[in-house]
Amino acid sequence: MNVYTPILVLGILAFGFALFSVVVAGITGPKRYNRARLDAYECGIQPTPQPMGGGRFPVKYYLVAMSFIIFDIELVFLYPWAVMVDDLGLFGLVAMLVFLTNLIVVYAYEWARGGLEWD
Amino acid sequence: MVHLAVPMAETLTFPSLQYRAMAPILIVLGAAVLGVVVEALVPQAARRAVQLAVTLGGLATALVFVVATPGSELGVVAGGTLAIDGPGLFLQMTILVVAIAAMLVVAERRVDPAGDAFAPRASSLVGSGEEQEQTRRGWSQTEVWPLSLFAVGGMLLFVTANDLLILFLALEVMSLPLYLLAGMARRRRLLSQEAAMKYFLLGSFASAFLLYGSAMLFGYAGSLDFAAIADAFRDKPGQLGLQVIGLTLLGAGLLFKAAAVPFHMWAPDVYQGAPTPITGFMAGAVKVAAFGALLRVMYVALGGAAWEWQPAFWVIASVTMLVGVVLAVTSSDIKRMLAYSSVAHAGFLLLGVVAFSTAGLSATMFYLLAYGLTTVGAFAVVMLVRGPSGEAGHLSSWAGLGRTSPVLAGVFALFLLALAGIPLTSGFTAKFGVFAAAIEAGGVWPVIAAVVASAISAFFYLKVIVLMFFARPGPDAPAVVVPSLLTTTAIGVAVVATLLLGVFPQAFLDLASGSTPFLR
Repeated sequence: MNVYTPILVLGILAFGFALFSVVVAGITGPKRYNRARLDAYECGIQPTPQPMGGGRFPVKYYLVAMSFIIFDIELVFLYPWAVMVDDLGLFGLVAMLVFLTNLIVVYAYEWARGGLEWD
Repeated sequence: MVHLAVPMAETLTFPSLQYRAMAPILIVLGAAVLGVVVEALVPQAARRAVQLAVTLGGLATALVFVVATPGSELGVVAGGTLAIDGPGLFLQMTILVVAIAAMLVVAERRVDPAGDAFAPRASSLVGSGEEQEQTRRGWSQTEVWPLSLFAVGGMLLFVTANDLLILFLALEVMSLPLYLLAGMARRRRLLSQEAAMKYFLLGSFASAFLLYGSAMLFGYAGSLDFAAIADAFRDKPGQLGLQVIGLTLLGAGLLFKAAAVPFHMWAPDVYQGAPTPITGFMAGAVKVAAFGALLRVMYVALGGAAWEWQPAFWVIASVTMLVGVVLAVTSSDIKRMLAYSSVAHAGFLLLGVVAFSTAGLSATMFYLLAYGLTTVGAFAVVMLVRGPSGEAGHLSSWAGLGRTSPVLAGVFALFLLALAGIPLTSGFTAKFGVFAAAIEAGGVWPVIAAVVASAISAFFYLKVIVLMFFARPGPDAPAVVVPSLLTTTAIGVAVVATLLLGVFPQAFLDLASGSTPFLR
């Protein structure tokens, strides 16, 4: 049981701090609401009305995010291959080319069908 | 100074890949990637024709490769992750035949005056001016083809997966395109999108169950390989907790795709909401893939634990049949009725699975072939009976169809008789096989339940036939559209298969029983 005591204490501290911050902020913080304050903080898209009631979720942001994830994953695979390129030899090269071809196909699809145009 | 040390293995061992044995899977997935290239490069006007050629060409080539697989290529390939064996090839053949028939129906453009069965852009807002403009311009969402190909590739992988991780991967490759396809209907789009959402959410749950079950079995057996899991069940008694939890969760994930009770809730909504050609594709091909994987998992990996899962499966099979037929009796929409009938058929198929014998295996595979083709044909016919706002779903509007269009009504009656299991149709031979296998395995009570369920199912199938031939057409009788050669071919194939497998089933029964057993 002893080994878990620090974790338990840390958990209590974290919970206590969170509770304390929320309560204190509510008591002492100034309450001036304006447009800037209600905005999404620093990043992200503007919150939209419900899709059913008019107004739609801007899909273009999601496409950029998707593209980012795809190329991110690509790097995750490319780095280990680059480090071990000699050992992996022809087999690794072909496997990597197949992987990259699939990515390029999807990229070409996104590009050709206007996925990269912002407006 | 930080020193980056790269661990130097003496020699790397590369997986040996048997390309000939894997060819059908690679061809279908390759055709799917080619389909994405077509989407990117070919102009809109020519896209549909090219996609149709790529899809049907890819599926047909894969079918040829499956049928022509030499016996020397059979075995556990790709580092033990795929089992290309008799049952695997038989199921791959079934999936490809059903998929080709389903794709012919998907390609149909003459039935709906606005074009094919899919929304011009699945992303456009329902009922918006944008949507009307796209319809007026005659746009079509040709992504349907590569998506279907990816799904078929996943199915081919699903029935040959010999490794829990590949099983999960195949499940996702199969399912994700289907979630999209379910939401792309041209008519009743909100219903279709609702269906896609439900299918996606419930399907994700099922995938999570399957994954968690895999983790438990991995914890128990120390391997993801089916053969190693089977060895663990033989050699490592104890740890019943891991065994039972893993088995239950894995079974739940697979039974969801098979639409067995209590994991059947999604089936009626999804079958009703999805575009009808896709419903036929799902009801036919996904059923084959789900039961193919279920058979392999239960027979190969969990065969040593048959005493654990057999009692539960007897109960699930019986309940699935009875719940399916009772709910089918109460439904008044033709697509919902066929969906509940598909739930009931999952129960009949489970009898073959739970028999846990060579006879059970071959009977289930024959059943899948018969059921898959009949179902694709039945849903193709449903697509042709149309009112002013799309398909005439309500049963009452099918009244008197036998008088206005006797050929179509006759064909549909044949499919319904086959689904009911009337002699001289494929359904009878198939049901006879699984019932016999279940009796042999000692499941007398489940078979009695199955016979009762068959009798109840005959009621609602015959109700539609009586309605079509002996009732007067109502004032708002729907029109029957004459389809193009594509759908006609698909329905023709289904009719021929239904009769052939019913009257001269021997060759196919021999093929199914000659394909057993599983390799490991």
